[in-house]
Amino acid sequence: MLSYRLRRTLSGLRQLAAATVVSFLLLYAASGDVARNLMGESATREQVDQKAAQLGVDQPVWTQFADWLGGAFQGDLGRSWFTGQEVTEAIGIRFPVTLSLIVGTTVLTALLSAVLGVWAGTRRGGADRFVQVLSVLGVALPGFVVALVLVTQFAIRLEWFPATGYTPVEVSFTGWLKSITLPVVALTFGGMVFVTQQLRGAVIDTLRQDWVRTLRTRGLSSRRILFVHVLRSAAGPAVSVLGLHFIGLVGGAVIIEQVFTLPGLGQYTIGATASGDLPVVMGIVLLTAVVVFAANLATDLAVGWLNPKARRS
Amino acid sequence: MTAPSAAAETAARPGLGTRLLRNPLAAGSSLVLALVALAVVLAPWIAPFGPNEGDIADAHQSASGSHWLGTNAIGGDIYSNLLHAGRYSLTGAALTLAVASVLGITAGLLAGYFRGWFENAATAVIGLLLALPGMIVLLAARAAFGPSLWTSMTIVGILAAPAYFWVVHASVSAVRREPYIDAARVSGLSDPRIIRRHVLAAVRGPIFIQTAAVAGAAIGVQAGLEFIGLGDPNMVTWGTMLNDGFKDLYAHPMLMIWPSLMVSTVCVAFTLLGIGLRDTTEGAAAPRTRRRKRPTPSPTAARTADRDGALLSVRGLRIGYPQPDGTVTEVVRGVDLDIARGQVHGLVGESGSGKTQTAFAVLGVLPEPGHITGGSVLFDGTELADAHERTYAPLRGLRIAYVPQEPMSNLDPAFTIGYQLAEPLRRRMGMSRAQARTRALELLDRVGIADPEGTLRRYPHEISGGMAQRVLIAAAVACDPDLLIADEPTTALDVTVQAEVLDLLRDLRAERGMGVLLVTHNLGVVADLCDHVSVMRAGEIVESAPAARLFDAPQHAYTRELLAAVVDDEGPARPPLSTPNEPVPREAAE
Repeated sequence: MLSYRLRRTLSGLRQLAAATVVSFLLLYAASGDVARNLMGESATREQVDQKAAQLGVDQPVWTQFADWLGGAFQGDLGRSWFTGQEVTEAIGIRFPVTLSLIVGTTVLTALLSAVLGVWAGTRRGGADRFVQVLSVLGVALPGFVVALVLVTQFAIRLEWFPATGYTPVEVSFTGWLKSITLPVVALTFGGMVFVTQQLRGAVIDTLRQDWVRTLRTRGLSSRRILFVHVLRSAAGPAVSVLGLHFIGLVGGAVIIEQVFTLPGLGQYTIGATASGDLPVVMGIVLLTAVVVFAANLATDLAVGWLNPKARRS
Repeated sequence: MTAPSAAAETAARPGLGTRLLRNPLAAGSSLVLALVALAVVLAPWIAPFGPNEGDIADAHQSASGSHWLGTNAIGGDIYSNLLHAGRYSLTGAALTLAVASVLGITAGLLAGYFRGWFENAATAVIGLLLALPGMIVLLAARAAFGPSLWTSMTIVGILAAPAYFWVVHASVSAVRREPYIDAARVSGLSDPRIIRRHVLAAVRGPIFIQTAAVAGAAIGVQAGLEFIGLGDPNMVTWGTMLNDGFKDLYAHPMLMIWPSLMVSTVCVAFTLLGIGLRDTTEGAAAPRTRRRKRPTPSPTAARTADRDGALLSVRGLRIGYPQPDGTVTEVVRGVDLDIARGQVHGLVGESGSGKTQTAFAVLGVLPEPGHITGGSVLFDGTELADAHERTYAPLRGLRIAYVPQEPMSNLDPAFTIGYQLAEPLRRRMGMSRAQARTRALELLDRVGIADPEGTLRRYPHEISGGMAQRVLIAAAVACDPDLLIADEPTTALDVTVQAEVLDLLRDLRAERGMGVLLVTHNLGVVADLCDHVSVMRAGEIVESAPAARLFDAPQHAYTRELLAAVVDDEGPARPPLSTPNEPVPREAAE
């Protein structure tokens, strides 16, 4: 068990490192002459060089990366080249918004897929068809279309939820819940499908296992067999898909943040990347990579807990 | 993966296109996509207005004869714009598809077929692609190369390549192990030829399905990117139309609705096409799920007199499986059985004779859609034929217990042996955790497991087949049942373990006075253990007699055949008949 955790952690760290290096190189290639952009066309050569030296962009790319990395290890992600704001502070303001969306969506997705997947897998028939229709719509309708339908119906017509904006959870819990409900529903609608289908298939397969019959002969109730035994075996693959879905949301929430004008990382990322604000973007890349790493690790551990056999491979 | 067999099927039935057209889902969605593509290609000729044509005086008109879908903020004709914009949207999606498929399929084929260093390298690169933050890569590329639709869609293609890679890699790896690939190699076919002729045929189906999915996603992603303002400002696409429309959503919702509808239609069509393709290539029709109205079995009340005193009394039992054509195939046709307390009743016969089905019927666990079509199963006065689960509730696991055939597949792989032994003790017999544990230890010790403490903590994959069979017997006798139904309890074990398990059953019968229905095809086991024997063949009992009499003076020709086979085989421990369906003894640790 220990070596299993260790191996998964190491492979995750490798990916984290690779993603960071590649992103840095990409951004470096994309950033162009930052100092000149910052100082404007009218600045003298000396002024531009001085600015470049101040930012450290006159150094070779590896030195720059080493500097950034050294800082990152001490929790210092530098300052924005354009606003001078501390990157950790800027991200710290916006991350809770995005995190609320991602976690909310993952929780809702897990709940709904568990219900729908088990329902379709055990009842088949009408339940199956209902889930299939929902799946087609979920896969096919782009998230922003769903979001727009939700906004027009539930925010504008019925006025149950705000159409835009975000209320921090520490200001008002119900306000926070209301402000993330529609975006979370919109995000869930698209991703739920894959988890549900995976779980439905796994439930059907698991119900055919010999040991399910044997458990029945021991007189255990159908409910107990389904929710304790079958669901545990069937949940493994669905949890893996849920993990992938979570990771997809880290980048995929951008569009939904835009529709609901939520002050999350999405808009900030677009702006920073477009202007070539390397420290800010690298901060976001690092945060994203760490979140992905943590999500992968959590998924692996969950799958390992669900399926003892997986711990060995 | 079922891909190879599906592909073999595909190869055997030529004309994927023909079959596709017969699938309503695939045909319908293909038609929609073809119409959209045609309209878009013909846009310069059929669109009433040019792409950038518009008179500001005509701004925000509603639908009319000259402007079918109305006009936008600068007086442009929405209908014409949709057609013109489609050119870039569809070409962009096609570019993504081309990049993703060429990279993903090539890498998947080579990695799956040649393995070795290329596979490792490809897997590492794919892992990296998945770990990269896609949005940031797209944004960085946009900053580096300028806002170009083609650059963005190429990058989306690269990021989507893993979708193809995994599917192709998995299929090819599976095909690679098929004997016909080795045969092709031995017969001197070159690698490129094998890949083209055999391997590609196998992965064709999954590739088509993936293509439909990636195409839909590409349209969606492209529209999404442009919608949030990351489009190419010089190009009108569905996404940029969405972006324009969003700015004025509340005043002029139609500006947003038309391009949304267009994007959604194309995405839905691609998704449905994918489902249609999957059904066609896998030959998987939607499962029939109507709930059958079961014919009520008619318990034959006759001969109750001689059923008195029997623990289990089966009369005229019939078991049927409904077929897709509406008929019912009967696998058991009028079986009579009586088991007294403390009696071991052997049910012998070759595989497929209906022994196991009879056992399942008594336990009420016939696999769907099988069910009892007639007869009576009386357990200590309770009628069980097609009984409700409620009828079984006080019986299963308390008075009737079951030892299954295959030890390794009959333990839940996710729970420890200890949990699985204790669960019925706690749930059914109301023991506390500590009581259940003590009892479980006793049981494991009783069935001859050397290290009960250690075994409790182990998972099923960590013990051997012989131990698993003992655990299953322990679980079955845990509740001190009146009737034990043991289905080939020794078949999967090697000979020495077989003898020990039989001894164990004999002892338990003596200790607890339980009746045993012993299902087996092994006459040696019968001779060893049974008081009474019923011989089953093709769903019927052909002979039933006390064991001694059956062995001394078999009445039925089939029984004599069975016995002769044992004599020829010079040893009662071997199975008397060659049974192709007999489970092969498995290695414990696989």
